[in-house]
Amino acid sequence: MRQLLSLLPLSAFILLAAYFGLGLTKDPGLIPSALIGKPAPTFDLPSLMPGEKDINEHDFKGKISIVNVFASWCIPCLAEHPIWMQIHNNTSIPIYGIAWKDKRETAMRWLEKHGNPYTKIGYDPLNVFGIEWGVYGAPETYVVDKNGRVRFKHVGPIFPKLWQSHIFPLVKKIRAEK
Amino acid sequence: MIVELGHFTLILAFVFSITQAAFGFAGAAAQRIDWINAAKIAALVQFLFTALAFAALTYAYVISDFSVRNVFENSHTLKPLIYKISGVWGNHEGSMLLWVLVLALFGAAVARFGSNLPSTLRARVLGVQALIGIAFLAFIIATSNPFERIVPAPADGQGLNPLLQDLGLALHPPILYVGYVGFSVAFSFAIAALIEGKIDASWARWVRPWTLLAWSFLTGGIALGSWWAYYELGWGGWWYWDPVENASLMPWLIGTALLHSSIVVEKRNSLKSWTILLSILTFALSLIGTFLVRSGVLTSVHTFATDPDRGVFILGILCLVIGGGLTLYAWRAPHLKGGRLFQPISREGGVLLNNLLLTTAAATVFLGTIYPLVLEVFNGSKISVGPPYFNATFVPLMAPLVAALAVGPLLGWKRGDIAGALSRLKATALTAITVFIFVAWTVGQNSVWAALGIFLAVWLAGGVITELAKKIGLGQKSPMESLRRLIRIPRSSWGMSLAHFGLAVFIIGATGLSFWKEEKIVLMQTSETAEIGNYKVTFNGVRDQKGPNYVARQAVFTVQHKDKEKFNMTAEKRRYSVSQQETTEAGIKNGWLEDLYIVIGTNDDKNGQTVRIYLMPLVGWIWMGVLIMVFGGLFSLTDRRFRIGVPEGRKIAESSPAE
Repeated sequence: MRQLLSLLPLSAFILLAAYFGLGLTKDPGLIPSALIGKPAPTFDLPSLMPGEKDINEHDFKGKISIVNVFASWCIPCLAEHPIWMQIHNNTSIPIYGIAWKDKRETAMRWLEKHGNPYTKIGYDPLNVFGIEWGVYGAPETYVVDKNGRVRFKHVGPIFPKLWQSHIFPLVKKIRAEK
Repeated sequence: MIVELGHFTLILAFVFSITQAAFGFAGAAAQRIDWINAAKIAALVQFLFTALAFAALTYAYVISDFSVRNVFENSHTLKPLIYKISGVWGNHEGSMLLWVLVLALFGAAVARFGSNLPSTLRARVLGVQALIGIAFLAFIIATSNPFERIVPAPADGQGLNPLLQDLGLALHPPILYVGYVGFSVAFSFAIAALIEGKIDASWARWVRPWTLLAWSFLTGGIALGSWWAYYELGWGGWWYWDPVENASLMPWLIGTALLHSSIVVEKRNSLKSWTILLSILTFALSLIGTFLVRSGVLTSVHTFATDPDRGVFILGILCLVIGGGLTLYAWRAPHLKGGRLFQPISREGGVLLNNLLLTTAAATVFLGTIYPLVLEVFNGSKISVGPPYFNATFVPLMAPLVAALAVGPLLGWKRGDIAGALSRLKATALTAITVFIFVAWTVGQNSVWAALGIFLAVWLAGGVITELAKKIGLGQKSPMESLRRLIRIPRSSWGMSLAHFGLAVFIIGATGLSFWKEEKIVLMQTSETAEIGNYKVTFNGVRDQKGPNYVARQAVFTVQHKDKEKFNMTAEKRRYSVSQQETTEAGIKNGWLEDLYIVIGTNDDKNGQTVRIYLMPLVGWIWMGVLIMVFGGLFSLTDRRFRIGVPEGRKIAESSPAE
């Protein structure tokens, strides 16, 4: 009996470690998106900031933009947050945020706490945007070109490596296009 | 040059931690005193080299050497010196280095001050400590090198997050780390005891000061973080149940349980195997706390996939340390000699109840933090577990804990006299009930819960005083005799009374703020007045203010309390010139009974200024209570039993039963 009891903590830990191990083998970034190359789906969301204008797909026209789905409850969003702050501070690329399945107050508090890199933020508590765009989970990031076509999608947080090696070159390439 | 030297000394520290582990374990196994001494010296040298590496990085920050990538990414010439220094640990690589430095410091402290330990035990403790050091030094050197250069060096750095330029936040991580890492000593002692197959009262006596030190710092660190959130974030809250906070609360809960159960091992030679388990779990949660959240490495399954080097490495280390510890526990713990028996109603029984409630509370916090992640792996859905969950599970566990806390210290060891204890608490109960009725009556509807909170606090404070009165024989002995006894109360006992009393003060603050906070959001024109509680707040308009590296929009208010003098308050929005980030500077008027807290909104509308005014009753009591708890912990550390230089015989002697 004592022996079994003292095995208990170890077993619990193994379960937990197995769960993290399972997470390791899954790469949610690899999910193919049907959206690539297609015009950005239509949507219309109120702004997260009271008193500001609504946000819809027309906001993305005429310039290259990044669309980032985030939520205050989402830990990986916090992990990728510094990179958005850096892009916001060091480049002129507009970043549009979608506060997904979140409460207004908590999302605003989160932004106040960690900094707000977004040009404009749509408020999507009921997953309206999520259904139109096929959001798999937060965080999720899209690159939309000046014709309003989705050119890139990534599920999961963006880290400096991925930004430097993949997304930033892509942004530069799209910018160079006629 | 100095930067390369730093890198080099870091590698040397790694080499010496290997030496330390090898000599520690081999020396203990072979009973060779020269090897054991070599392990001790290696521990000191390892600390020295780690400290040099840390100093080298700090130097690079101070002189703003932007050819170092870490400095470039996290510092800026415009930063005040103190925030350049705090920038050292304000990022992943540097905080890892700080973590290892604290670990080496504790190893060196055991080596230096552990001369009264049996030499084999000390050698094994140093060995385990070194193993942890090896793992994390390897991690830093292989995946998170803070000394990496960039060529050519950029002109200026990127790191100027104004939100992080704050004294509270600058001090928060080092204090928290001393807490987290301090529990590594308890862990090492537990592993060493499992290897030796022996745990007794003297073991507990050696572990306790380390646990107490770690606990005091962890408590202080958590409080500092919460205080920062209160005055800097401008949302008027002090605890948000966010994952970062939960990660520090879990080791605190288990560590508190450990602090109590080790007393039972020391005094009664009981609960031994349980105490070992708690030692392992506390450090396990400290590790998870540091790495799951703070460094942003192990944040979720998503992160593993995107930054696999670090994720896999860290998961490996966690598996080795925690898995290894628990495996050893599963194997050796059943062979530990059982402890003495005790009645359910006894001091030991009280501690056991305390332990059960604290570990259950830690488990609920753990579930609430990790459940959303688990659910996500299984069906991809996202849920948010917010404060309602934690309030509904955590608070009901804490209430009986506090209720029992007043009684526990009044019970005797082995077999307690519950009737006697309760009869001593008559006056306390009477006072608490009167207060309960008074609060429920005066504050009115919906405040039964608030009244219950205040009731518990009074009950606990009364319990603490009753216990002191019992100890000095107040009313039973002559006043002179009572005074004499009062002076002779050992410091560790004062420590307990202080810590428990601090908890009572804390509860009053937490209850007051949770139930009686008043909030007003108003759109104000110049010279308009808003009323909140007994205050009349008049808005005098906005002016621009220039700071060293920011411009502020400052709103000025005149406040008139019903029966006090007028005073002025200001609240600001600062915009930092380089990063274009905004921060909120709340206007706070601190008071014993309430804080008046004013925040202004961002909008610069013609219709007026958005102003949030909060009345925060008793909020200062939260941190005052925690401060008393920390002071209790540190005061207890100065008890003569823990001080160096107490005759050897006293320390090793079998513990005396019942005080």
